[in-house]
Amino acid sequence: MTLTLTHYLVLSAIMFTIGLAGVIRRKNLLMLFFATEIMLNAANVAFASISAYINDLSGQLFALFIIAIAASEVAVGLGLLILIYKKYGTLDLDNLSIMKG
Amino acid sequence: MEAIAFYIFGALIIGLFMVTILSRDILYSMSSLAAGMVLISGLFFILGEDFLGAVQLVVYSGAVMALYAFGMMFFDATRRVKEKNGSGLLVFLLSGASAVILVIIFAAPAIGNKITPLVQGSKGLDNPHAIGEVLFTKYLIPFEVAAVMLLVAMIAGIILASKKMDESLSEVYIDTDPETEKKEQK
Repeated sequence: MTLTLTHYLVLSAIMFTIGLAGVIRRKNLLMLFFATEIMLNAANVAFASISAYINDLSGQLFALFIIAIAASEVAVGLGLLILIYKKYGTLDLDNLSIMKG
Repeated sequence: MEAIAFYIFGALIIGLFMVTILSRDILYSMSSLAAGMVLISGLFFILGEDFLGAVQLVVYSGAVMALYAFGMMFFDATRRVKEKNGSGLLVFLLSGASAVILVIIFAAPAIGNKITPLVQGSKGLDNPHAIGEVLFTKYLIPFEVAAVMLLVAMIAGIILASKKMDESLSEVYIDTDPETEKKEQK
């Protein structure tokens, strides 16, 4: 039984779904960041597998740039999380809905 | 052989990520996410993309997860996460529909063989060599832009995390909490 591109794409779609369910379900900001990382990794797997199967290096390079973007996103996002935690003492998303009329 | 490794890695990745999003403890969640990242690099190695697998190991499992672990020093990690959940049916309908859309988006053109390669794969070169040649010729400007973006993110991270919240940033944020205002007045 040989592996085809569809195997990898299905795995990537399952991972993306897990990440999306995490983003929708969780109310903790740190958990939201974890779920976002899962979604980024799902995109990476899809890029890398397509790149390998059609013999094109661009997919791997885009996966590389996605990793760079994810790293900078984590640096800035973690700084913001620390600020929010210092201000409110919790990372609950519902605390941030302060625009009630 | 590859198929066996793929199925083992795939099952472990799905299980670990399920633990990540379902766990109530942030520490369990973080460590299972790190383990999932390591296994994803295994997927890249199966595909023959050595460079991407190494980068995934170094950047994701090394730097990003270490950064999260560092950030955990500021948060109360021992406390269980309390949260109220909305309707579970809506969540699973939305994610299922989006998964179907994703499979169609990604699989349709590749299976239809309508993708033409922009950059031909390695011509006898090994994978890191081929990536290096393409990265520093065709994708040089995105590479430099990514470097500048990482620098900006580093400075932003340092400034955001090191500022004292009560003194310098209180003008920027809207104060709804009366206790922090009292603290400032003292």
